[in-house]
Amino acid sequence: MSASQTSTRPGRAKKSASRAVQRKIMDRLATGMSWAAMLIVVFVLGSIIWTLLKNGLPGLTASLFTKSMGAPGQDGGLANAIMGSILQTGLAILLGAPAGLLTGIYLAEYGSESALARAVRFVSDMLLSAPSILIGLFVYMVLVAPLGHFSGYAGSVALAILAMPIMVRTTEDMLRLVPLSMREAGIALGAPKWRVILFICVRAARGGIMTGVLLAIARVAGETAPLLFTSLGNSEWSLNMGRPMASLPVAIYQYAGSAYQDWMQQAWTGALLVTLGVLIINIVVRVGIHGGRT
Amino acid sequence: MDVSAKPPAQMDGQKHRRSGGFAGDPLFKMLVMATGIGVLLVLGAIIAVMSIGGFPAFKAFGPGFLVSAVWNPVSQHFGAAAPVFGTLASSALGLLIAVPLAFGTAFWLTALAPPVPAAIIGMAVQLLAAVPSIIFGMWGFFVLVPPMAHYVQPFARHMFGHIPGLSALVSGAPFGTGMLTAGLILAIMVMPSITAVMRDVFTSMPTVLRESAYGLGATRWEVMRQVVLPWSRQGVVGGIVLGMGRAMGETMAVTFVIGDSNHIGWSLFAPANTIASLIALEFPESPAGSLKLASLMALGAILMAISFVTLWCSRILLARGEAQAGKRS
Repeated sequence: MSASQTSTRPGRAKKSASRAVQRKIMDRLATGMSWAAMLIVVFVLGSIIWTLLKNGLPGLTASLFTKSMGAPGQDGGLANAIMGSILQTGLAILLGAPAGLLTGIYLAEYGSESALARAVRFVSDMLLSAPSILIGLFVYMVLVAPLGHFSGYAGSVALAILAMPIMVRTTEDMLRLVPLSMREAGIALGAPKWRVILFICVRAARGGIMTGVLLAIARVAGETAPLLFTSLGNSEWSLNMGRPMASLPVAIYQYAGSAYQDWMQQAWTGALLVTLGVLIINIVVRVGIHGGRT
Repeated sequence: MDVSAKPPAQMDGQKHRRSGGFAGDPLFKMLVMATGIGVLLVLGAIIAVMSIGGFPAFKAFGPGFLVSAVWNPVSQHFGAAAPVFGTLASSALGLLIAVPLAFGTAFWLTALAPPVPAAIIGMAVQLLAAVPSIIFGMWGFFVLVPPMAHYVQPFARHMFGHIPGLSALVSGAPFGTGMLTAGLILAIMVMPSITAVMRDVFTSMPTVLRESAYGLGATRWEVMRQVVLPWSRQGVVGGIVLGMGRAMGETMAVTFVIGDSNHIGWSLFAPANTIASLIALEFPESPAGSLKLASLMALGAILMAISFVTLWCSRILLARGEAQAGKRS
């Protein structure tokens, strides 16, 4: 209506009308593709969870948690692998958390934009995305080959190297969120800087720092590649970290490649346990962050 | 953030001595600085150890190690060409699939979705990133491989097998495993991190730019294509390069689906290997001190070099993108 009233040149109006249609089609097309991409992602996540539940739930029995790994047909469990994972992940966090925390403090409170701090931040970010199998090879060369045997300690060190950069990143980010006025208040009371940092800043940011620790646990608990050459795996119950040690991901890897029905079943159930654990930690952390912010 | 370049005036000396005020500050500073330097040393040690470990292989085969596609433990001849090719090809294939997916999802999250669904789907994408690598491997092997073998590969051969030029891409027996399956798995695995970066750079654009484009009557796609994308170009490229770095180092998932065959070819369906998958599979059969182990370490050194250079590029691009965002907003 407006085109016929205002335009004295009908040809031009027609052209612009067809262009408007074209633009609309283009927009619809892009919107449709975007919906499709989003649906594919949701479908894949759904498919992974569905596959794990379908194949893993039937094997979720009490003996899985009470018996150690056994030969095919021997009715074994995953108790030693679960325990091994807990021990190695725990020690990895004990080793990695102090290093990550102190480095994060250095970056946020001391280094800031100095050349050294920038280098440390850069290297930490690189380690965050470094191929985990290389970390495994590195620890093999440093801790396994010279000592002559695989050990749970070596596995923990490999996992600690992977866990540390996550905690460096979250600690620095969270400390930077602490208001300057809190630091000034501490200093005005005559507290030395290290006390201000540890007892005011870190305490104020402890929720966020804990988030980093949880994310690091979730990340390393599912790692397989760095453990293959360090803690190797062990089919017997063992709490001795100086010896080869089983872990859930490595046990899954060993069983998933086998042709035995009961091993496959345990691999799926183990996979379900690892994934549920990791996803639940992630959901708790992310819902917690959103709840805190809004 | 450096609050007190100078220590605060020491009025109450006794109190400070009790709390370690005089010695505490320099000590604590030294402690955190030493830990920071420790992080640098870890990377330095990784680089040194991988280089030293791989040195016998570089010495034995010379520069030919890089271009030889032989991997023969019997005759003790090892070359890096096939796994290096497999690593680059599978990652490139993965990115080819992941980038449109990630872009579509980021577009949906930032421009199309209402806040609550956007939060839920954003969370789902992050959860996908958290799924352990080995789970992707199992899922790929038991869920993705059968339909690839029964439907996708026969269909592709039927469609493209007669066309010269394309037939090489689809040749080979339909095993289900192979280069394309590995690319698909890698795409799913790196897509969340690319999406996260894209989403961040898209939302970091000042709202006023977006609003003025809408005010001029632009459609949502035109705003994305002509305003948001040019504005956030560097960050987007940085995110894609980051995805590339991640894809090249992926081990467990690729090991399950790539089929492990040491050969270079154009077929999307032929089994291949990557540096990481070869190390994971061959390492247990490599005795300490053997030439094979040295060759695997040398491959590790190559992977380290490729992925660190890639990650370095992505950091620079992302940092530049951030600096630009800060300057313009």
